[in-house]
Amino acid sequence: MRTHFGRLLSALLRDIRDFQLAEDCLHDAVESAIKHWSRNGLPHSPPAWLLQTARRKAIDRLRRDQTFARKAVDYGTLIELDQNAPEDDHDIEDDRLRLIFTCCHPALEEKTRVALTLRTLCGLTTSEIARAFLDSEEAMAQRLVRAKQKITKSGIAYEVPGPAAWPERLESVLAVIYLVFNEGYAATRGENRSRIDLCEEAIRLARLMLVLRPGEAESEGLLALLLLIHARAAGRSTADGQFISLEDQDRSLWDRTMIAEGTTLLTRALARKRPGIYQTQAAINALHDEAAHHDATDWHEIVLLYNHLHGMTGNLVYLLNGAVALSWHSGVRDGLGALSLIAAGLEAYQPFHAAKADMLRRDGQVDAARRSYETAIGLSQNAGERLFLERRRESLL
Amino acid sequence: MKYIALIYSDPATEPGYGTPEFGPFMAAYQKATDTYVKDGVRRGGDALQPSSTATTVKVRGGKIQTMDGPFAETKEQLGGYYILECATLDDAIRYAAMIPSAANGSVEVRPIQDLG
Repeated sequence: MRTHFGRLLSALLRDIRDFQLAEDCLHDAVESAIKHWSRNGLPHSPPAWLLQTARRKAIDRLRRDQTFARKAVDYGTLIELDQNAPEDDHDIEDDRLRLIFTCCHPALEEKTRVALTLRTLCGLTTSEIARAFLDSEEAMAQRLVRAKQKITKSGIAYEVPGPAAWPERLESVLAVIYLVFNEGYAATRGENRSRIDLCEEAIRLARLMLVLRPGEAESEGLLALLLLIHARAAGRSTADGQFISLEDQDRSLWDRTMIAEGTTLLTRALARKRPGIYQTQAAINALHDEAAHHDATDWHEIVLLYNHLHGMTGNLVYLLNGAVALSWHSGVRDGLGALSLIAAGLEAYQPFHAAKADMLRRDGQVDAARRSYETAIGLSQNAGERLFLERRRESLL
Repeated sequence: MKYIALIYSDPATEPGYGTPEFGPFMAAYQKATDTYVKDGVRRGGDALQPSSTATTVKVRGGKIQTMDGPFAETKEQLGGYYILECATLDDAIRYAAMIPSAANGSVEVRPIQDLG
């Protein structure tokens, strides 16, 4: 039902221009289905039954609506659709591409884009989404209601962007999918184990993007990236959910099938000669995944790739990651030197201090390392993360 | 759908009358307006006098209260508006971005309720 929900909603939105109304009618149809199907058995095509029922619910509501006159256009289309023969399963056009672009419109706040995508395309309940963000269910419900109102009232079009807007809008969608993945990834830091499912949801969404619009290098790059990171999941945490850093992971636990799929996808993406940030990040993770052990990693190449990412985006965090790679390539002193160059911009950034603390620890500068761990712990907003940093600090002599 | 584009800017950062930047700044405004007219989207628009000329009116307990100045004393103040009729929000955003004050200030794009 969850996967069908997005597909049916996307079809419904073609003719019911009000986002909230469309969703409500689909919910009503599902409730109807539960009653009718348990009495009369499954219809020939359950999705078509649901779609037709939802449209009829909309017709009913519009008829009773006092502002009926304004909805005349929608009403007419719906009546016409109802009078035609109901579609078969495969005739229900998959409009999820329109749906996902609408949910990820830049006019919506990023958190709202993620929440709406999880709700409409992944079929997560409001309660599940609230838990993912550590929000109250009430707050999340309000956020979703407001978002749907905004989409309708502010005229966010239900359409796939044209060529001019495509690169920027695609980037917005891919960023949302990556955010979903990162929400799930954070779960391995021990905060809330149920959030691990979000990694699977993100991978599912990335696969969907490729089905709906094949041949996009950055979409392939994103899926490759997610697979290459997720392949390491089993090695990334202990049985009780504690985080294990890359250099300490048991690489035999990594999922080689997933790595192979990711690598194949990445090769295909790169062959299209349309480079981008997700393909580059995927390449970095491919280099990690193919190394038999930590020391065998092609650190030099990783440094270059992080520099390249910084060049593309101006994002200092890439230079931070590059500094860490540099420390493994040519020694801690070089790494610390690289960190000093970016210190000014990353003062409030916890991972900066965590990285610095680790390098100082490796260099035997115990007091300085302890101070940096303290700073990092103070900046951390994640219990599992804090635990990891405290253990590292404790391990200092 | 009709939208109002509310133009907020900090007078301190905008080209003032008499400066060399003022001419091109005004020309850019004219260009935006011409585009709106040519594309058939302009439904209205005005430049407002500076916020120092504003009077804020409240009625409390049946009595009219006036305050000297704008509603809120913020760095960026309302300086003008356009009313644009567009098919989608993306169109409205595209047109709003042509407003020169958007470069240093902000333009709030809000749909107007259709009560007709």
